[in-house]
Amino acid sequence: MADKILNKLYIKVWRQNSPKEKGRFETYEIEDISQGSSFLEMLDILNDKLIRDGKDPIAFDHDCREGICGMCSLYINGRAHGPDREITTCQLHMRKFNEGDTITIEPWRAGSFPVIKDLIVDRTAFEQIQHAGGFVSVNTGGIPDGNAIPIGYDDAEEAMDAASCIGCGACVATCKNSSAMLFVAAKVSQLAKLPQGKVEAKRRARNMVAKMDELGFGGCTNTGACELECPKSISISHIARLNREYLTAKFSE
Amino acid sequence: MSKIENKIPQGPLAEKWSKHKSDIKVVSPANKRKLDVIVVGTGLAGASAAASLGELGYNVKAFCYQDSPRRAHSIAAQGGINAAKNYQNDNDSVFRLFHDTIKGGDYRSREANVYRLAEVSPLIIDQCVAQGVPFAREYGGTLANRSFGGVLVSRTFYARGQTGQQLLLGAYSALNRQIAKGSVKMYTRHEMLDVVVKDGKARGIVTRDMVTGDVKSHGAHAVVVATGGYGNVFFLSTNAMGCNGSAAWQCYKKGAWFGNPCFVQIHPTCIPVHGDQQSKLTLMSESLRNDGRVWVPKKKEDAEKLQKGEIGPNDIPEEDRDFYLERRYPSYGNLVPRDVASRAAKERCDAGFGVNNTGKAVYLDFKYSIERLGIDVIKARYGNLFQMYEKITDTDPYKEPMMIYPAIHYSMGGLWVDYNLMTNIPGLYAIGEANFSDHGANRLGASALMQGLADGYFVLPYTIGDYLADEIMTPKIDTDAPEFKEAEKAVTGRLEKLFNIKGTKPVDYFHKQLGHYMWDYVGMSRNAEGLQKAIDGIKKLKEEFWKDVLVPGEMNNLNPELEKAGRVADAIEMGILMAQDALDRNESCGGHFRDESATDEGEAKRDDKNYTYVSCWEHKGEDKDPVLNKEDLVFENVKLTQRSYK
Amino acid sequence: MSKGSFLSASIGRKFFMSITGLFLITFIIVHMSINLLLIFDDSGDLFNIAANFMATNPLIKVMEPVLALGFLVHIVWSVGITIQNMRARPVGYNKAIQSVNSTWASRNMFILGGLVLVFLGLHLFNFWWKIKIVGDPLLEHITVMQGGIPTEMENAYLLVSTLFKESIVYCLIYIAGGILLGLHVTHGFWSAFQTIGLNNQIWRKRFYVLANIIGWIFAIGFSVIPLYFMIKF
Repeated sequence: MADKILNKLYIKVWRQNSPKEKGRFETYEIEDISQGSSFLEMLDILNDKLIRDGKDPIAFDHDCREGICGMCSLYINGRAHGPDREITTCQLHMRKFNEGDTITIEPWRAGSFPVIKDLIVDRTAFEQIQHAGGFVSVNTGGIPDGNAIPIGYDDAEEAMDAASCIGCGACVATCKNSSAMLFVAAKVSQLAKLPQGKVEAKRRARNMVAKMDELGFGGCTNTGACELECPKSISISHIARLNREYLTAKFSE
Repeated sequence: MSKIENKIPQGPLAEKWSKHKSDIKVVSPANKRKLDVIVVGTGLAGASAAASLGELGYNVKAFCYQDSPRRAHSIAAQGGINAAKNYQNDNDSVFRLFHDTIKGGDYRSREANVYRLAEVSPLIIDQCVAQGVPFAREYGGTLANRSFGGVLVSRTFYARGQTGQQLLLGAYSALNRQIAKGSVKMYTRHEMLDVVVKDGKARGIVTRDMVTGDVKSHGAHAVVVATGGYGNVFFLSTNAMGCNGSAAWQCYKKGAWFGNPCFVQIHPTCIPVHGDQQSKLTLMSESLRNDGRVWVPKKKEDAEKLQKGEIGPNDIPEEDRDFYLERRYPSYGNLVPRDVASRAAKERCDAGFGVNNTGKAVYLDFKYSIERLGIDVIKARYGNLFQMYEKITDTDPYKEPMMIYPAIHYSMGGLWVDYNLMTNIPGLYAIGEANFSDHGANRLGASALMQGLADGYFVLPYTIGDYLADEIMTPKIDTDAPEFKEAEKAVTGRLEKLFNIKGTKPVDYFHKQLGHYMWDYVGMSRNAEGLQKAIDGIKKLKEEFWKDVLVPGEMNNLNPELEKAGRVADAIEMGILMAQDALDRNESCGGHFRDESATDEGEAKRDDKNYTYVSCWEHKGEDKDPVLNKEDLVFENVKLTQRSYK
Repeated sequence: MSKGSFLSASIGRKFFMSITGLFLITFIIVHMSINLLLIFDDSGDLFNIAANFMATNPLIKVMEPVLALGFLVHIVWSVGITIQNMRARPVGYNKAIQSVNSTWASRNMFILGGLVLVFLGLHLFNFWWKIKIVGDPLLEHITVMQGGIPTEMENAYLLVSTLFKESIVYCLIYIAGGILLGLHVTHGFWSAFQTIGLNNQIWRKRFYVLANIIGWIFAIGFSVIPLYFMIKF
């Protein structure tokens, strides 16, 4: 079945040429968009038009376009990854929009995620948090057999729930405090659930939280918005575990 | 005999790797500190290699074009990773995994490499578990396995439908640990634009900072290319948008041979193209074929009505459905290997039986397994895939069959490497999908992750020492040397040239044109006439591109169009080489099907007498035809047989 | 424990918010229980006896400064946290639809808390200031039979009931105060358990229900008193 065509849409988008320059909103008209197209395909078409008109195309991050790499961002019509649940922007389809809509597109907004250009933000802060302890300190080789340490089914599943974080930053973008707690919690909780990660759990929780604070993310006030906008629906119960890990680490100092 | 020195050690197959390891040189810890290694690409192969080399004490510089190593496209692998653990007690073994891989690759890969891959595979699982990769577990706490297409044992380890993600995040975490320690310096949003060869050895790379536009040289005692495959030459593929073969192509242009460029894998279960606005294709895991039945209508008039949207799949009665895989391949049925399933779908659609508006789709129907197993079982097995399908297509696969069609997925070909994973340029290594080595003409499911990590964790860290042991007296590489300055100049010159054409058509226009040529003539079935047409057409496209491409924006700012322009310029040239290679190989093997080489029933026919070799293409200069070198493949441990799935 | 870093760490600050918040909730439960005596005995004796007990019990006397400290920490820390959180997003969104992913109360704890604080100031002026500091003619001592023994005490009942009987505005303000407090607690209660890490997938739902129950009890419990006086007198 052929998809319906949206004859006209208005795209109101944040344009900012570089980190230092001031940004502004611009509105573009776009025609003949198939509802079967993805949101990013719509932007591709808009960019094609801008290029042919001799204008600078809109810069936006994207890569795998199947919802797993975490590269795409975009705050669309007031929501991280747009008006749908459990998806990334690349999985958002134009059938979520109607004829004649004005679609507002903004970059992730957080002091720790400065804009690089247009809709692209710098998420290096996430990298730095991972460098602070998002790993198990083992070298390659000299490892016991994979079955040497049994891990319960439920523990493995819960660790996997946390591990499914794609690092897109929707949690920070959507949190009214720009808090990175869900992101940090996902890693701390995943490794705290597994015997391999338990060994250095305290050190990890302390260091990752300290780095998160240092980088200027806000604090968590448990609104739960992150969980609902997270493309992978990572539960804020992992934040509770992070709090537990952190507090035990601090109290045992 | 082959004149090509592939460094495969002598001796019995099972002892080659151990023997080789004891024979090769080792660098002392004190000397490792003095040696620099560049790793380009940070997917499974690159991240695992960079981390392992950093742990060993080398000074590593790692580069990726994304904003984080965690985004590499390895992350999108769904199904799993193979390892000869024999945890299921089903008589799996290193030899069995080796044999399955060689056979699955249609006898176009090296015995010794594949055996080593199988041999180190169990170590990968141990390593990943130690890193905290949450593999699926049994209730007793042991690791769980699933089975995968083309094999008779259960040896695939998995983490839901996100195995690639979890393995990559494991390697990424190991890499992060080294970055924190300072042994690896990470450059994100950097694209390699040239490799620098000095005195016959790879001595560094030239990169462009994708944020500032700065072109800069980086020197090292060895360069490792782990930049993945070149599937995006086809424009539409399951690869990420940024995936490109440019790094490998730059190596090729500096003299590294390109091995088997025509071997690309076409995956049978992707969501079909919805129209011209499509930018990329989404894969549905191969595991779906375990429970789904593939069919098209028997009657052409039904197909036509489906194409017009007048009827739906559920309107077609049972007796009018053609389960063509079960019909043609009764013993394997819906579980025939990827290449066979893909060609069969194309055959039906070409004959006019396709089921969507473009006529290029077949059904994958779960009705029967839902009836047999209940909806809950199907939900538990494939819930996330079904949800993804529904998000993309807006149809509910629990109620209506899925529509699928084959798409480009993986490239078995890549830079030619010897047993040490070194290209024919000393000091230049290629690992993971970027090299040609282990999958022959067709890759088995769940083997790509295995190969990437085997290369990065357990092969390269050993073999690179053999080369670097002779480099301990080489001082830090001076990037002010004329070779680097020339390379920088060439890179900047090319960027400026692209930028200054100021033609009329955006880069994507050319990429799409290239994609059409590739898919139509260098796709699922190929013949001499079509391939020649592709070569001529793409050559013309190349001329047009360099006259009429329009690159907007600024040179020294973030400029995705400029990045794309460079990649597409390379992809155009790559497309020509792929077609030339496909033209040379007048046999059907694995993913490469030549109409001229088929049985009477239309099945693939290999020609072992004339084509049991690796095509190693050597660049001879711009607009000159490349030279084909042949590395003969020697099989001492397996018997070459024609694959049959009847 | 390195106290400096814990006090300024995001989780550290929130930890103090949680602990003081839970402490304040226990205080409010006691406070509300006593207040409800206002509507069960129009003579005021019951309430006066309870109020007198609270005023004279040594344990309560000790707790008074602790309570004040609890309030102070809760308020001061909230200001610090709010400033830090606002700084984390220097450029805001042009369009943000948050109603789809979080409750209004959870997003507006500072505003709710601020309004409760304003109310608290008024409340302290109405009663605590008069009872403890300046005195009021309405508080003239009376004698109440307590356990068969005639005991002399301040007529706090008269002070409270007069306020509500004479002013509809005050009644409405007190009703609003109760509702604001209730809303504040619907998020605050379960959030506190989340922050101190005593939460998981199963308990989360229970805490959530509990928080709503307590919030409603506070809102109803405190507003029913002025309502009673408004309607009855």
